[in-house]
Amino acid sequence: MIDTLRLTAEEAWRLVDGREISGAELFAAYAGREDDLHAYLHRCDDPGGDGIPIAIKDVIGTKGVPTTAGSKILEGYVPVFDSTVASRCKQRGLRLLGKTNTDEFAMGSSTENSAFGPSRNPWDPTRVPGGSGGGSAAAVTGGLAPWALGSDTGGSIKQPSALCGNVGLRPTYGTVSRYGVVAFASSLDQVGPVAKTVRDCAFLYSIIAGRDENDSTTVEVPTVELPGAEDLTGVRIGVPKEMNEAEGIEPGVSAAVRRAIELAESLGAEVGECSLPRSVEYGVACYYLVAPAEASSNLGRYDGVRYGLRSDAADFREMLMQTRHDGFGDEPKRRIMIGTYALSSGYYDAYYGTAQKVRTVIRREHADVFESFDLIVSPTSPTVAFKIGEKVDNPLAMYLNDLLTIPSCMAGLPGLNIPCGLSEGLPVGLQLIGPQFSENTLFRAGHALERALGFDSVPERLR
Amino acid sequence: MAGISRDEVLHVARLARLELTDEEVGRFQEQLSEIIEAISKVSQLDLSDVPPTAHPLEIANTWAEDEPRPSLTLDEVFANAPDRDDGYFRVPPA
Repeated sequence: MIDTLRLTAEEAWRLVDGREISGAELFAAYAGREDDLHAYLHRCDDPGGDGIPIAIKDVIGTKGVPTTAGSKILEGYVPVFDSTVASRCKQRGLRLLGKTNTDEFAMGSSTENSAFGPSRNPWDPTRVPGGSGGGSAAAVTGGLAPWALGSDTGGSIKQPSALCGNVGLRPTYGTVSRYGVVAFASSLDQVGPVAKTVRDCAFLYSIIAGRDENDSTTVEVPTVELPGAEDLTGVRIGVPKEMNEAEGIEPGVSAAVRRAIELAESLGAEVGECSLPRSVEYGVACYYLVAPAEASSNLGRYDGVRYGLRSDAADFREMLMQTRHDGFGDEPKRRIMIGTYALSSGYYDAYYGTAQKVRTVIRREHADVFESFDLIVSPTSPTVAFKIGEKVDNPLAMYLNDLLTIPSCMAGLPGLNIPCGLSEGLPVGLQLIGPQFSENTLFRAGHALERALGFDSVPERLR
Repeated sequence: MAGISRDEVLHVARLARLELTDEEVGRFQEQLSEIIEAISKVSQLDLSDVPPTAHPLEIANTWAEDEPRPSLTLDEVFANAPDRDDGYFRVPPA
């Protein structure tokens, strides 16, 4: 009997390598579990291979397997080539379980913007799993996959991991190839791992990371070290005041994060206060100019000509406009319009140009903090998982879910979420952020804290 | 700078080649006004000496070797096309 709720990828790999179970049996254990969380948009038959199974977010292109990005405009689209990350997983023998649900084009914080309906939180199915990568996070915690790939533009890996109680890494910009991944905001998009443990997360990162000749923004990456140390001796941890005292952080979230910081100190870390005033104050505004501007350009490719939906119309222009009307949901429409507005003549300097300068301010503020600290910590999400439907009519309120994940994304920095406790019976996520290419430091600190915290990642209702 | 008029919504939608129903124009006008007001906050900072950031990494001129490689076949290229005429994508008259 394989307990898919508890089995880590590391243990699964050991069992398969030692021939204690076969890869096919392992695959069947996950594939046979009912998806009552709507984590998947598409499930696959066992493709075979030497390795263990994996789930992949539906914005990541997979040859021969439908890839919709949660959008009606890509319904029925079947890529004729693999993304680099899917191809690297295949080369390691990983077997694709299926494609996981996402907010349309990864635009959202709850999966409620998926054209195919929301996923549900494994801890409480009346609540959201976070987003946009809620499907991957729900699959990992819900026993539907040992690990998964997500993508993160402003928090789409870290925030769902926080809300579902698992481990998610948004890697340093440029460490993981975006080739074959449906583009949202190209200067921000990063693919990353979602897993049950920090070690699994580090291992999956080592499989996908590295320079790719098909993505000119990728760079050589330091060798990934699987973490083993259980202390934090000598690690300097900064606690940015504004990110830990921001308005809207629930008291239960604050309390769990505070306990984790005290624990870090008892493990030998040197903890001190620091400050990121303008990053927090202006981060969300900056993000919601830069990301929609890039999205409005990237989503220009959906024209009903080469792939995707085409609506009937008598002439070309009408076909184009009607296709985009029928194919895009409200959130992509809003972002396309904000982005087009911010880039349009007369407004460019005031909006997009200004946001790019604010981005420099955010980068510099973080660089200053990392002169004195190895990493900084805060809650990942100001709140625990909220009810499905609660914020769906208020786009601006939904945007504020990303208040604490956005600043480091703007600066291209890596961030790790680990679960650090419960509030009102729901998981609270701790966010660890380091300078560029500091993934090994994040893994080391995340692993030591994970061991000391002893968080039980299986939802209470499923134990 | 706050707010966006009905005409501006229609103008932006036209620029983005996006058809909107009357109901959508009204709803988006309200929502976009609220969002644009919130993001206008970036103009509060004094940024006179700050250069822009377009990209988080300081890399430039990443070249690929200029060598021919196998590419997709025509059938693969057209596999997801809504309409095809031999080696062309067929579209309604312009």
